[in-house]
Amino acid sequence: MEITARGLWTMIHGMGFGALYLLACSGAMVELWRRYSPSAQTAAAAADERFLRIYLGVIVALSWMAVLTGTYIVYPWYRAAAPPGTAGLAAFPQRLLLSSPSTSAWHSIGMEWKEHVAWLVPVSTTMTAAVFFRYGRSLRNHPPLRNAVLGFLAVSFLAGGIAGFFGAMLNKNAPVRGGATIRIVQGEEP
Amino acid sequence: MSRDEASAAAVSTNVPNGSGAAAVLAAGIGALALAVIAIAADRIAWMKSAMVFYKPTGPLSGVTTSAIFLWLVVWAVLESRWRKKEVAMRRIGIVAFALLALGLLLTFPPVADLF
Repeated sequence: MEITARGLWTMIHGMGFGALYLLACSGAMVELWRRYSPSAQTAAAAADERFLRIYLGVIVALSWMAVLTGTYIVYPWYRAAAPPGTAGLAAFPQRLLLSSPSTSAWHSIGMEWKEHVAWLVPVSTTMTAAVFFRYGRSLRNHPPLRNAVLGFLAVSFLAGGIAGFFGAMLNKNAPVRGGATIRIVQGEEP
Repeated sequence: MSRDEASAAAVSTNVPNGSGAAAVLAAGIGALALAVIAIAADRIAWMKSAMVFYKPTGPLSGVTTSAIFLWLVVWAVLESRWRKKEVAMRRIGIVAFALLALGLLLTFPPVADLF
């Protein structure tokens, strides 16, 4: 069982930071919705507030790590230009997708959307965390502010989902490969 | 009254909403700025080359860095002006969300290609 260094980074970017962000974001939305509503049965305790601060801090870190590793580590490998006369395009995912009408839209729509829409995520999560750090439990006394934060968090979840979906489909159609090979487990001889 | 209830009651209900409004509106402006800069960099040749801050990533590096920078500057300005004020949060929230939705829509390539 082996994986290339580029494949590993793609996995860290998507399945590590990206998927973890999506999981964590859904939890934050539920928590903000339930515990910080003016009609909540019980007010959030100091311990709950501390927990949510840390939780939102982790979400912010995950969202930034996802876009930064995607933009500055994985994307350059994806968009690398093939030298003239290159016969096989497997090492040049963007060129490989654009070489066929049946796959070109994965780049022209999928990657073109993903590379921009993903950046809405850290903007929204950072804002959410900043507002919560400032207001904490008193957020329930500001329903319009809480609603706005929840709306941004929901859109960030949608944007992250779009980026994640296209990331998975792009990697299925034209995986980023190359670099050193990392052997995870030595298989049995046939 | 339990300790948690007492602690919750002690939380100020008088924190002005200006700081939160500044953060929300700045995020909306930042989202729209990202989409607008991306479209401009795709359409205008000199801007496309000017947006190459890091060659391996191409114009995406400049587009995102510029939008993030703009977002943070707008946030800092709004924060300094609204920090101690009560503002019309509902209206600001609607405007900010509209900017965010527009930013999301404009990043969709078939829509961006209309410009």
